[in-house]
Amino acid sequence: MNQGFGWSTLRAWWQKLVAPLDGPLMLIAGLLLLLALGLMASASPQRLDNQMINMAVALVVMRVMAQIPPQRLMHLAVPIYLLGILLLVGVALFGDITKGARRWLDLGFMRIQPSELLKIAMPLLLAWFFQKRETMPRASDYAIAAVMLLVPVGLIARQPDLGTAILVFAAGFYVIFFAGLSWKVIIGMAVSAIAAAPLAWNFLHDYQRHRILTLLDPEKDPLGKGLHIIQSTIAIGSGGVLGKGWRAGTQTQLEFIPERHTDFIFAVYSEEFGLLGNILLLVLYALLIGRGLMIAANAATLFSRLLAGAVTMIFFTYAFVNMGMVAGILPVVGVPLPLISYGGTALVTLFIGIGILMSIHGNRMLVQK
Amino acid sequence: MEFKNPQEELERFRSRIAVAGGFVLVCFTLLFARFVWLQVVQHEYYDTRAEDNRISLVPVVPNRGLIEDRNGVVLARNYSAYTLEITPSRAGNLEQTIDGLAEIIAIEAKDRRRFKKLMDESKSFETLPIRTRLTDEEVARFIAHRYRFPGVEIKARLFRQYPGGAFASHILGYIGRVNDADLEKIEKREQEANYRGTEHFGKTGLEQYYEFDLHGVSGHEQVEVDAGGRAVRTLSRSATVAGNKLSLTIDAELQRIAELAFGNRKGSLVAIEPASGDILALVSMPNYDPNLFVDGIDSQSWRELNESPDKPLVNRAITGAYPPGSTFKPFMAMAALTLGKRTPEQAINDAGGFNFGGHFFRDDKKGGHGRVDMYKSIVQSCNTFYYILANDLGIDNIAAFMGQLGLGSRSGVDLPGEAEGVLPSPAWKKKRFRKPEQQKWYAGETISIGIGQGYNAYTPIQMALATATLANNGVMFRPHLVKYVTDTRSGEKRPMETQPAATLPWKQEHIDFVRGAMAGVIKEGTGARAFAGAGYTAGGKTGTAQTFSLRGGDVKTGHLQEKLRDHSWFIAYAPADAPVIAMAILVENGGFGAQAAAPIARQVLDYYLLGKKPAAPAPADESAVEGDEE
Repeated sequence: MNQGFGWSTLRAWWQKLVAPLDGPLMLIAGLLLLLALGLMASASPQRLDNQMINMAVALVVMRVMAQIPPQRLMHLAVPIYLLGILLLVGVALFGDITKGARRWLDLGFMRIQPSELLKIAMPLLLAWFFQKRETMPRASDYAIAAVMLLVPVGLIARQPDLGTAILVFAAGFYVIFFAGLSWKVIIGMAVSAIAAAPLAWNFLHDYQRHRILTLLDPEKDPLGKGLHIIQSTIAIGSGGVLGKGWRAGTQTQLEFIPERHTDFIFAVYSEEFGLLGNILLLVLYALLIGRGLMIAANAATLFSRLLAGAVTMIFFTYAFVNMGMVAGILPVVGVPLPLISYGGTALVTLFIGIGILMSIHGNRMLVQK
Repeated sequence: MEFKNPQEELERFRSRIAVAGGFVLVCFTLLFARFVWLQVVQHEYYDTRAEDNRISLVPVVPNRGLIEDRNGVVLARNYSAYTLEITPSRAGNLEQTIDGLAEIIAIEAKDRRRFKKLMDESKSFETLPIRTRLTDEEVARFIAHRYRFPGVEIKARLFRQYPGGAFASHILGYIGRVNDADLEKIEKREQEANYRGTEHFGKTGLEQYYEFDLHGVSGHEQVEVDAGGRAVRTLSRSATVAGNKLSLTIDAELQRIAELAFGNRKGSLVAIEPASGDILALVSMPNYDPNLFVDGIDSQSWRELNESPDKPLVNRAITGAYPPGSTFKPFMAMAALTLGKRTPEQAINDAGGFNFGGHFFRDDKKGGHGRVDMYKSIVQSCNTFYYILANDLGIDNIAAFMGQLGLGSRSGVDLPGEAEGVLPSPAWKKKRFRKPEQQKWYAGETISIGIGQGYNAYTPIQMALATATLANNGVMFRPHLVKYVTDTRSGEKRPMETQPAATLPWKQEHIDFVRGAMAGVIKEGTGARAFAGAGYTAGGKTGTAQTFSLRGGDVKTGHLQEKLRDHSWFIAYAPADAPVIAMAILVENGGFGAQAAAPIARQVLDYYLLGKKPAAPAPADESAVEGDEE
């Protein structure tokens, strides 16, 4: 009995706890979380406690995911995807409207944002789909995959939630890309997308058009939508090489930066830590992505490879779209800075991704065994 | 059908992973380039913009200059008070905001009306006061509820105050919120920078005339502001220079006594020190309380003042033009002597009037004054003497002489909006009328000009100036209200007026004679009753300005409605041989000069020469007569 509470027991318990985790991923994610806490203390100190709870929850979820073997995930792919589609249709029919968009579904005991689920469900399903093909993927397979991808993306874009739609589309597209979609088709799609841009313009909501116009010339609307971009670029630019110092950014502390604890937190970081800070952040993300791609390259099954590759590239998409929009080279869409922006939902989603990567890494030898 | 080849599949996948990794690097390099552009190349530009965001230059309004009388009695000053101000563009629903404020701070209907008026007159980004002069308790209450009211704030402001209320209001004028017309004046003087934070501007009176002396030099504070425009802390400040102080020529006590002497009658008094042009008192009744205008007058009070038939906002002393009546006669006599048309001894026989061109110009005394020389013509105010004299002088001579005396032109007093009055002449008539038959000057018109009726119309300040010039032996000073301006920075006192404006080519013996006759008016003539037992010598002349509506009427004088009664004039100076004060008094609808105006002159002179303070307004002498006029 006494031995049960001894040092060695504790050690064994700890080893069991960390066994499924991947050291490098954990280290990088941990550094990013520390950075996030420091930033939160500057941008919005009153939210610090909440975000720590969010982080704890996300880490627990990651640990759970890390233990689920890829084969089990593969079985869940279709049900999760169908559930996601069902919920999206539910949102379209019964969803709550917040800030002009129908994104939330009230289940009575909790409100959920089903589009978030698709960020994981989408690559899961498509990875399952390509794994199940007996042959090398043919054109018809890509067509089916495209339909499975575009249905939820269309539903999400209609809410409207362009940011999430882009992320879900990207997640699915990465799977198709990694599955070997021919370059001819990719280039052909890119060309026709550019050609169709004027047509797509007609389908955009006014506010979405406005954001794109604002990106092209933010000074035209300095007090309206352009304000976000103007103030965030001022924050970044005035940060200089070394930054103004932690909690010393005037743009941040005097509240000139909008949404400074969520989508625009990068402006806070950039103002207070400067170009050097930005380089550090880019390096951390690059390492995270590099580790993820490595895990993908070494994964045991096609399903694992495709899933790991797509999940990793979602991280990249988050990071690039967010920093690009805050720095004024991409339109403003609602995409948070991965692992750093305030908010539990995105954080949990991202750590589910990390958990999946860890699980895939942990099971890379499974087939050989 | 091509079956899976795991090895080939893995290799293809790995090549795709490599492409993805390359794509990530390209994108991150793009971001890095953007960061370098913003943070290194453009850093200075963005740094400046961040500073511009952060630092706001807030102008600090200087203390407005004080206004004091000649003895240092304060007539206009400033005090500091808290105001509750709303920025309409940021406050959202105004009605709701004001209703909400009314729950914690007393806001009366009057405050709401005034706010509405300010709203109509202002641009929406300005902050406008809804309540002024908050108590400490109200300030505390608002601060506790501030979070509920975006766009509403408490400000400490300096307010202009006129401690005497309505006292001397037509001299002081008032300030009000800056409007477009004021902005134009500011631009003309290139004072835009100095007026950036200024909200008030002199609207009339000395406050307007000396605006740029009284305003002072603005300072500014460098304030760190947040995105909401709220000041976070002050970084630096530059001092303001308070406005210059005006020291007036006015004797506040004399002014008070003169105002009281009018009682509730309408009219004007201008008293001048002949040897300097200093205005000792300038009264226009009724007056008004200029304090009403300082925070923005509410529409109801404004309507009451503006639409009152008594016209309290009109400064009669400088804009009211009235026929001078018989007060014109001493100057006619002076013209006759100077131009050699009469000698003092030359007499006429007055049989009760003067027949000219088929029209009989009646004298005021039935049967006439008999033999009348120049002395008697002034003392008894004989019309016939002046009918004939006017005819002999001719309108051009009269106009030229009176013009030199300053009649019919602005005195140049340091007040805005002075009127010219009317100095009638053929040239004036030609300009005044359009139809040719109206433009012609008729010789008969000259006759009534001689007794100060007809087209003649002069302001009280012009009559006071003419009287002072006569009392000062023809040496004329521009009448002025400000004795000196004290420069705040250097402490230097800048005197406004030292040199005479003109010296008229009059002979001393002629002056002495006319002044002797005016002393006779007080001793034994139409002014004798009002000055019985005065204890000092004085010269004077009564006058009665006919109101135009009376012409041709068959009503009896005693029962006339008050507004149809004649205006009562009196000009005077004292002591008779060495005058220290000269004045003109007009009482609207006061009847004969001796009835209403002369008793006011007595009270004012009693105080100025003897220090006697009256217990009640000057009584009207109902049994007095103007010669025997009408």
